[in-house]
Amino acid sequence: MTVSSVATGYDGISLLAGNSSFTPAIFESIQTVTVGSGGTASISFGSIPSTYKHLQIRGIAQTNRSSYVVDELMVRFNSDTGSNYAYHWLRGGYDSTPAASATGQPTKTNIRLGAINSSVSTNVFSVFVMDILDYTNVNKNKTTRYLNGFDVNGTAGTGSYGGTVMLGSGLWQNTSVINTISITVSPDASLLNQYSHFALYGVK
Amino acid sequence: MTATYEAIATYTAPSAQASYTFTSIPSTYTDLVLVCNVKSSAATSRTLYATYNSDTGSNYSMTRIFGDGSSAASSRTTNQTGIDIGYLPGANGTGFGTVNFSIQNYSNSTTYKTGLYRWGSEAAASGTRYVAAGVGLWRSTSAITSISLAFDSAGDIATDSTFTLYGIKAE
Repeated sequence: MTVSSVATGYDGISLLAGNSSFTPAIFESIQTVTVGSGGTASISFGSIPSTYKHLQIRGIAQTNRSSYVVDELMVRFNSDTGSNYAYHWLRGGYDSTPAASATGQPTKTNIRLGAINSSVSTNVFSVFVMDILDYTNVNKNKTTRYLNGFDVNGTAGTGSYGGTVMLGSGLWQNTSVINTISITVSPDASLLNQYSHFALYGVK
Repeated sequence: MTATYEAIATYTAPSAQASYTFTSIPSTYTDLVLVCNVKSSAATSRTLYATYNSDTGSNYSMTRIFGDGSSAASSRTTNQTGIDIGYLPGANGTGFGTVNFSIQNYSNSTTYKTGLYRWGSEAAASGTRYVAAGVGLWRSTSAITSISLAFDSAGDIATDSTFTLYGIKAE
């Protein structure tokens, strides 16, 4: 049974006895992008509603480079390509001599999202989960965190890379509400391969 | 309204168990998330493994980073018979270890299946406490329809260990 609020005009579900139980959604799918045949240099989420508390991007990705195993994704908000970003990561694996390393990158033009493997290993797609916290708060610069990685069982490609896991954080030095997110492959010449998949979720 | 993040199944071990398997996993979600609060019935910490679709062949590999409070390191393993998703407390520990394991795009028939995991073993005995993150590969393009969990040969799943499987659906 649908009821309408006199104050807001919002249509909700009646909680009167006899009606179905109602569990408010706190984790909702907002938009999804699946890369088609031929690949693409970038994907974007636009017109992001401001009704959530946090955002989460989940997905799999692979680039089309034929030599090096490892690429990166560049994340930007609201079409800002200025030097308004910073990021850090903690990384394991990476090449034939696995080691833990930490790298800081202040004053950048994007937030780097981890290690994305190329089609050198055909069926392997990197996986990632990125959180963007308090994205609508106009009193805060925006912060992110991610966990990402891939493994190819052994090593492959130029440099003999085989697997990487990365835990990272990012900062966008802007207090604006985030309403668009663009994700581009780095280096610029690479494409995201077909079947790469990006899903944006809102958390209330 | 179709829920985006749903509990598919949950299990609490009523006594020590050799293993537990989530079966008949529906293909209607995009990602799976496995959340575990678990310890081994063995005397000391043991490794918990995940396998898919009853595949016990050497078709798994992992890359991980971990720290023990004084140093950090990373390691890789290849051609394994399961994905190592945690080195978790045994009977000499004060509690249960935690695992969060996310398997992205588990139901497609195109890509190998890769999962991201985090685990912690703060409740383990001194000298075996770790925090770790890693990635595990299953070299199969099959959709995942079952997940089996078991410790290495030295230990069973202890009483009151819990496993909950969630599905996340992208629209």
